[in-house]
This record gives sequence, structure tokens and C-alpha cells, in this order.
Amino acid sequence: MHAGMNASTTDTASPAPRGRGFYRALVLRRQLILAALTLALFLSLCVDLALGPARFSLSEVIAALLTPESVSQQARVILWEIRMPVALMALVVGASLSVAGAQMQTILSNPLASPFTLGISAGASFGAALALAFGVAIVPAAVDYVIPINAFVMAMLTAFAIHALSMRRGVTIETIVLLGIAMVFIFNALMALIQFFASQQAVSAVVFWTMGSLTKATWPKLWIALGVLAAVMPLLARHGWALTAMRLGDAKAESLGVKPRRLRLEVLVLVSLLAAIAVAFVGTIGFIGLVGPHIARLLLGEDQRFFLPGAALCGALILSVGSVLSKIILPGTIIPIGIITSLVGIPFFLFLVLSHKKASW
Amino acid sequence: MVTLTLDRLSARYGRRRILSEISTPSFAGGQVVALLGPNAAGKSTLFRRILGLLEGDGSVRIDGALTERPLAYMPQDTGANAVLTVYESVLLARMQGRRLKVQADDMAEVDRALDDLGIAELGERDIGDLSGGQRQLVGAAQALVQAPEILLLDEPTSALDLHRQIQLLSILRRLAQERGMLVIAALHDLGQALRFTDQAMVLKRGELIACGPTEDVVTPELLHRVYRVAARIERCSRGEPQLIVEAAV
Repeated sequence: MHAGMNASTTDTASPAPRGRGFYRALVLRRQLILAALTLALFLSLCVDLALGPARFSLSEVIAALLTPESVSQQARVILWEIRMPVALMALVVGASLSVAGAQMQTILSNPLASPFTLGISAGASFGAALALAFGVAIVPAAVDYVIPINAFVMAMLTAFAIHALSMRRGVTIETIVLLGIAMVFIFNALMALIQFFASQQAVSAVVFWTMGSLTKATWPKLWIALGVLAAVMPLLARHGWALTAMRLGDAKAESLGVKPRRLRLEVLVLVSLLAAIAVAFVGTIGFIGLVGPHIARLLLGEDQRFFLPGAALCGALILSVGSVLSKIILPGTIIPIGIITSLVGIPFFLFLVLSHKKASW
Repeated sequence: MVTLTLDRLSARYGRRRILSEISTPSFAGGQVVALLGPNAAGKSTLFRRILGLLEGDGSVRIDGALTERPLAYMPQDTGANAVLTVYESVLLARMQGRRLKVQADDMAEVDRALDDLGIAELGERDIGDLSGGQRQLVGAAQALVQAPEILLLDEPTSALDLHRQIQLLSILRRLAQERGMLVIAALHDLGQALRFTDQAMVLKRGELIACGPTEDVVTPELLHRVYRVAARIERCSRGEPQLIVEAAV
């Protein structure tokens, strides 16, 4: 300290490059981690495509991806028409849920914030259950889309209810998380009520939906989910420096020119949209929104320029690997993805958290 | 050179009036101004009002500023546990409102701020691992890295040991003179205010009690009236004023 302060009188004109050198190395390391995650994601996608009742080698999958005309008509149909939407949906939904969780944790300064804990997933489940049990369509829609639209509408209504309550005077960020937990309990009670009155068959359908499954993915649904993710990511990235500053606390962020209340509202709307779309198409997969960001944080820190794409990649990778595991654990049966991600991912997450020397919260 | 003038500045929290009609002469760049007053006098509120974070009557006039954002503010330390290194946390203070890409001159400014405060060796440390005093110096670096013309510091020395308090205030005084920067610091140590600041303003219950050259403002009468202590001021062998507090009254 003393030496540094003395040195400062002579070094002011030509600052030492040590800090810059360290920072450049840090940036390079993070870029390499992002590249490694992207490569791992591509490999996982290929394995996911290769696995199924008809098995393909990795070289066949890569050939089908790069030059579709070089493989048989049957392989092309299976890989492109049947498996590709499901495999890509895993990436898009994983990325969406993870980014939603990452930004909820950032703006609410709470490591447990996620679409699941804020009640958005529970709202979606309730919307889906209304359609599955009683055929209620909240908004008139084509038969294929009644369940996802019900889920989406309820998820967004939940998000807006939380937003509206959070705008009341005296509501702190801790209160917002409590509001979310209250929403979870309300929807759990409503779900129990639906299951009490619904037929046995409908109850089975509701339970299966809440386990989360990628098998209903189609190209149109994929394009919608991908479109929302592609639209939201740049909007979040635009606030990269401000969102990073939010992790220093509202007072510090405000002192740096950030408007925490406005930013929190804008980001909550964007990530609620992401989470609502993801949950609407595949059901409840709560765990990704919690764990994806934590792994990204451990690997890349919280500079949003790396954390945001890192959270997306980690979420996509977890769900893609989960999709692979769901096919190979019981050959011939695809286990619902939500069960796999929880069973495999949570122990892995606990290992990461407990083995990491420093607490990040 | 930049000047700051407060004109009948007021602020409220709900119906409660926190500041009433604070007016000051112009404070010019190159000076260090002490903002004094007991707890809950309205010092932090005055900073927030100057920054425009609170609304109220009256006006803040800044003349002669060369940049669009002449003000930088260091709030009281609240701690932070983000997964960021010190270097990153100072860089992000620099980058607010700028593009995502970090330029060489941004890094140069971070290096300069860390060097100015003698904490370059902390650059690689995680901010969660810092002591309270180190965090406070990083907070000062976050304000300095914005290359402000007016620097507002809310109790910048509260977590520092005596040695570092004196060093920080010396550095701030030198930087104010070298860069023509106006520094306004909320301080509780009136001895240090006497030694390191040119001007002082004293708040009590949201009202400006006194304002002027520090030696004229910090008097035994004022200490009795504002802080309810009996004190005297003597000159040391180097001619610097020394505050001696005798008792609380």
C-alpha cells in the first residue's frame, strides 16, 4: 500500500501495464472458455441427433448436417425432420431458461431467483393444466397451440402480476422474490384443485406435461422460441455494463448512472417473455434457470459480456446433454427431460458449489 | 475551470423535508471541500440531490465543465459479492454509458486510477475478498476512473486505518490541484477536514449552518453548537491547525 502510493507520484504519467496485461489474459481465457462451450454444444447436438431407434454414426450426422444430399432419403428425414427440431429445441429452451434465470438473479440480487422460483413456470403449468383437464382455451387458438398459448398467457400474467406488485411503494427486491414464492404456492394449490376435479386420464396428461418434454417440438415452434431468444439477447446485451453494475448493489449502480428500478422492470419483462415461451413449449424444466447461470458464473465471472453468452451456452449444453441421457438411460424409452436434468444436474451442481473455494453470493 | 453553485436546494423523502434551501457560493475546481455535520444531517441526501438522484426545489449550477458527465460520486460502502476482479469492477465504472468494446484508453484510465490510489496490486483480486478499507479505496478508484471534473465522496475514509486516511486525503488534494478537479468529501474527522480541505460546509438537520474557508468554519463555537463537544484548536510546530476535543457536553 505504502509503496504503491509512493510509486503513484512517479507513475501517474505512464501507468504500469501490469493491470492491462492481466485483464487481456483474463479476456482471452474467457473467450477460450466460450469457444470450448460452443464446441461441446456442437458435439452434444451431434450425439443427440445420432441417438434414437435408428442409430447413426457421428460422421453420418455431420455429413447430413453439412451436405444433406450426401445421405440417404431415410436418414435425411429422420435427422432433419424428426430429430433436428427436438435437438435444437433443447438448445433454445436451455439457453432461454438459463438466460432468464441469470438475469433474474442479477437484477434481484438473489441466487435462488429463476423462472421456477418466481412462479412463472407454475403459472405456465396452471395454464396448460386448464387446457389439458377441461379443454379451456384462454385465447382462441389452433388445436396444436392451445396448451402452449394457455401456458404462455398464464406465465406472462404471473410475470405482470409480480411487476405490478413490485411497483408498489416500499416493495424491496427481497419482497419481489417472496411474491414469486407466493405465486408458486397459489398455482400449486390451483393445480391440486384441477387434479381433484379432472378425470384420471386428464390428471396423467397434466402430470406428464409438468415433467417437461421436448418430444412435442416442431419446426414452427422452434422458430418462435428461437425468434424470441434472438430478439431478447441483443436487448439484454445492450445493457451489459449496467447489468454488471447491478451486482454491486443499487446504490453503487445508481452512482454510476444506472437507473436500477427502470432497468429491473425492463429486464424482468424481457426474461419473463423468454421463460414463458420456453416453458409453454416444453413444460416445466425449472432446474436449468437455476444451475445454468451458476455454472456460467463459476466459469466466466459476472462481466455480462461473457456471463450472458456463457449462461446461454451452459443452459443449452445442460439440456442437450439431458436430452442425450434421456435416450440412453433406458434404451427404447425417452424419459421426460425435466426428470433427467434434475437427477443428473443437481448432484453435479452441488459438487460444483461445494468444491468451489469461494462463495459467489 | 469548473465551478459548482447550489441555489436554494431542497429535498424531501415523501412528506419529510430532508434539506431546506441550501445555498452556497461557487466552489471552484482545484479545491477540496469538506461536507460536515452529525449523523442524519442530510449529507448523503445533499450528494444525491446534487447528482439529480432526488428531486426537489432549487438548482445545482455547474459552469465551465468540459465534459458531458462532469460529476462522479462514491457512495458509502455497502459491500458487494459479485464475481468480479478489482480491475473489472473499476473498468465497469469507466464503461457505463459507453460501447461494449473496451478500448486501450479505457484500460489506461483504469491503470491510472489504480496507480493514483496505490492499489494496482489489488487488480487481480476478487472484490469479495477485499477488506472494508480496500473496498473503500476501490470505490474511490471507481469514481476517479470516470475522469470527473467534480468528485463527490461520501465518507471515503470511514473504513480506512489512520495511515491510509491521511494518504487518501493527501492524494485527493494533490489530484484536485493537478487536474483542476473539485472534490467534495463528507468527513467525520474534523481534524482531517482542517488539515486537508480548503472549504467546508456544515449541515445540521438539513440546514446549512456554516460555509466558507475551513479554518473560519471549524471553530470551538461551531463544534459546541453542531456536535455538542467542548474543543479547542491549536497550531502545531508546523503551523497546521490541530483540533483537541476535551469533552462531550
